[in-house]
Order: sequence, then structure tokens, then C-alpha cells
Amino acid sequence: MTLLRADDLSVRHPDGHDLVRGLSFAVEAGARLGLVGESGSGKSLTALAVMGLLPAGMTAAGGVVLGGTQVVGASGRTLDRVRGRSASMVFQEPLTALDPLMRVGRQVAGPIRRRRGLRGGALRAAVMDALSEVRLPERVAGAYPHEISGGQRQRVAIAMALACEPELLIADEPTTALDVTVQAEVLTLLDGLVAGRGMALLFISHDLAVVADVADRIVVLKEGSAVESGRTRDVVREPRHPYTRSLVDSAWALEGELDRLAP
Amino acid sequence: MKGRHTFAAGCVLVGLVLAVAVVSLVWLPYDPSDTTGGRLAPPGGEHLLGTDKLGRDLLTQLMVGARIALTVGAGSVLVGGVLGVAAGLLAGFATRWLDDALSAALDILIAFPTLLLAMLVVAVREASLGSAVVAIGLAMSGVVARLTRVLVKRVLAQDYITASRTSGTPWPRLVTEHVLPNIWPTLLVNLALQLGLAVLAEASLSYLGLGPPPPNASWGRLLQEAQATVLTAPLGAIAPGLLLVVLVVGVNLVADGLRDLADPTRRSSR
Repeated sequence: MTLLRADDLSVRHPDGHDLVRGLSFAVEAGARLGLVGESGSGKSLTALAVMGLLPAGMTAAGGVVLGGTQVVGASGRTLDRVRGRSASMVFQEPLTALDPLMRVGRQVAGPIRRRRGLRGGALRAAVMDALSEVRLPERVAGAYPHEISGGQRQRVAIAMALACEPELLIADEPTTALDVTVQAEVLTLLDGLVAGRGMALLFISHDLAVVADVADRIVVLKEGSAVESGRTRDVVREPRHPYTRSLVDSAWALEGELDRLAP
Repeated sequence: MKGRHTFAAGCVLVGLVLAVAVVSLVWLPYDPSDTTGGRLAPPGGEHLLGTDKLGRDLLTQLMVGARIALTVGAGSVLVGGVLGVAAGLLAGFATRWLDDALSAALDILIAFPTLLLAMLVVAVREASLGSAVVAIGLAMSGVVARLTRVLVKRVLAQDYITASRTSGTPWPRLVTEHVLPNIWPTLLVNLALQLGLAVLAEASLSYLGLGPPPPNASWGRLLQEAQATVLTAPLGAIAPGLLLVVLVVGVNLVADGLRDLADPTRRSSR
């Protein structure tokens, strides 16, 4: 079953030029697709277009079918039904993606209440479960976002996205804003939770090594167009497009540098 | 906890004026229109603060004035706040032409001098306490609306709004859960500052004779009446002026304290 299908998707800036051009891809149930590309290549806009949440003035053309609903041109009410259920999203910068004036517990409670209709004690218990699932201590529930660390904030954001129980999780550079040591932890956690629920994953990153780690298939974006796509192993082993080759080479170069310094 | 001290200091000052106003409802040293005290009697004796040029007891006038200052302050903040926040929310959520139209209307309202607006209101109605409240509230609503509009636009552009929408939060919930709580602290401080300004505006209106008419002894009117005799009986001008300062400073301190207490990111950075 196809959860998400983008057909010839384009995103147009108000000044008339296209930031994403003719992009097509599909995510099957339980599959993992990676979108790789440098910053400004249209990765995040693609994710927002999929959710029907493009910034004001930008318009999408082409087709995006998410959970059986055509997103491009859909009404706000239709979109509210699709968002959360069919797909939810984790953002790059968790400090700005959480409401600064709301305690963490209440923020996690929002989607749980909407999705499962829980109230009172049952809701509180569900919030605690959700927090412990992302390895956060219970006291975090009473904290404001600025009172916890960056890694903890991203775990809260993941808990909120998972609380929607979506069929597809969209992770837009979920580890980029974190310390290197925390990155691996959060990535492993995300990987395990998505696998445990049989969710599909659309993973967006500029870092080929990270994407190769989690995705089965990848699409390489450059200046808004897909330059290459295929199974992760094939693309990494035999990159066909020069841009993909440069991505792969620079990932290996970093790796090689570490090997050289290793005792 | 600087916020707490500021808030407490402000409460003491405002509380002082409030207490005087409450006492004036049940007890006054003299009837406000009792002119038997003799012209410009010095302080002490029968009249604690002396009398004005018509022989009315100054303390009585000041106490009644406190009541009027608070009524005008609270009343015009209510009028200006309700109108302003409503218009600001509408403009903040509106797109394109409705936003442009509302913004243009607000700019015109703000450019209109408060005094001119007051004269218009007085011309249509009559010089009364209610007219003063309406005029000051109307003038205030423009400023409040413009601030609200900017605050709403700023919050709506935040990542956490997009993040909340990705989980399917419907619009009404977005407003009550995220938008209002995030614009509230700034709005509250501004409304408190506006209360201070409203009291001063009423004093200027009364000073010009556009405020509530004579039986209402507003502080602005007392200042105006004391103008001619300020050299022989300076207390008549000093006392209402001083009370005006106490109330306005008090309200501003309350506003500053409230902002610090309402914002958790400020609270812990102290």
C-alpha cells in the first residue's frame, strides 16, 4: 500500500521561480525513504508541501497523495484530518518547534488527547508512557522547553510526533541541531521506535552517511530536482550522477580521515 | 526574583489609591459640594489639607478624584482592550485585503489626536465620565490593535505553530493553546501601561474642561482649578499631581512585574 505518492511535485516561490521541480517519489507502508541534498535543495519545502503547510505565498503544483487524500489544493479541514493520522513530523530545531510557554507534559498531551480521546488520569499516564518511551525521566513533564537540554527537547518532539500514531513519520534533519554525541543516541532511538511500530519513514538530511544508515531507498536532490534515486546500497556503491558521486566521495573522505588517525 | 519585588511595590502604590477610592464610597470628611470651609483655608485644623478657592475641602476632593481616576483607567482599558484585541486578532489572522484594510483603518485611528477624538465624542454626546471613557478607550484601541496584530503575526510565523499543525491541531485550538498564551504577557504589560496613560489623558481632558463636569472632582480638574492660586496655596496643585504620579508609577510597576512573572523564560533567567 502506498502511503505517500508525490507526482511531478513543484513548489513555486511568490516571485515566480520554482524551488522544487518535477519531483516524484513514493513511500510504501513500513518503507524508509531518504531525501538527501545540500541546504537550499528543496528538501524541507518538499516535506512541508507533503503536509500542505508551505510558507505563505508559496504554492505547490502537481500531485501529493497522502493517506489516500490529495493534499495539493485540499481545504484546511480535510488537511487537519490527514495531518497527524497519516503523517506527523519532527523538525530540525527542537527549541523553536516547542511552545516556549507551555510545559512539556501538556505539549505531549495535546496529540494524545486528540488521537485517543483520553482525559484526566488516563491522559497523564499516557503522557508518562510516551515520555519513558523516548527515555525521558518523568520530571521532564513539568519542565518548560528552555529548562531541558537540546537532546531532551528533540526526544520530546519525537514523542509528540509518535503520539499522533501516524502511518508515516517525516523527520526533517532531526539530528542536525544536536551535539554529535547526542546525534547517534537520538538517531538510534528514532530508528528503533519507527521499526517497533512498523511505521514508514521519510528521512531528510544533508548528511549522506546518516541517511544511508536509516533509509532503504534514497532520492538525491539538487537545486530542487531529483538527480538520482534508487536503493541506498546501489546509490552509495555506484553513484551515477556527478553530484551524488561528490556526496559519496566526501562522506568517504571524512571516514578515511578517521581511519588514518585511528591507532 | 526582581519581578516579584517590582510587582509588590506596584501593588502597594496602586493599593493605596484603591483604598482611598473605596473609603470615599462609604466615608468622606465633608460633602464634595460643601463650600462652608471658607476660601483657601490653610492645611490643618478643620480641614486637613485646607480648602480650594470655592471653600471645598481638598481632602474630600482628592478622595473622590481617586475614584474617578480608577474608573476612567479601568473603564477605558476595558473599552480599548476589548475593541483593540478583537480588531488586532482579526487583522493578525486575516490575509491580504482584509489585513490591509484593517491596518489602514488602524493607522488613521492612531494618527487621530486623542484630544480631537475626545472633542468629537463630547460634541456627539456631552462632557461626562462616560464620554471621557469612550474617547480615551477608542484612542487606545488603535494602539492595542496594532500591537496585537504584530504579536499574532509573529507567533503564527513560529516553528511551533507549524509543528502543532503537522499533528492536525485545528485552528480554534491553535488560537487558545498557542497564540493567546504567547501574546498575552506582552499584551498585559501594554494594557497596564495604557491604564497609566488613560489616567493622564483624563487629567488633560479635565484640565481642558473636556472631562467629567464639576461635581466630579477629577485630579485633572483640581489641577486646573488650582492653577490660578498655585502661589498662595501650592498644596492644591501639588497634592493631586502627586497622587497622579503615585497611581501611574504604581500601575507601571505592576505591569513590569506581571511581565516577569508571566514569562517562564524570564523567571528563571533572573
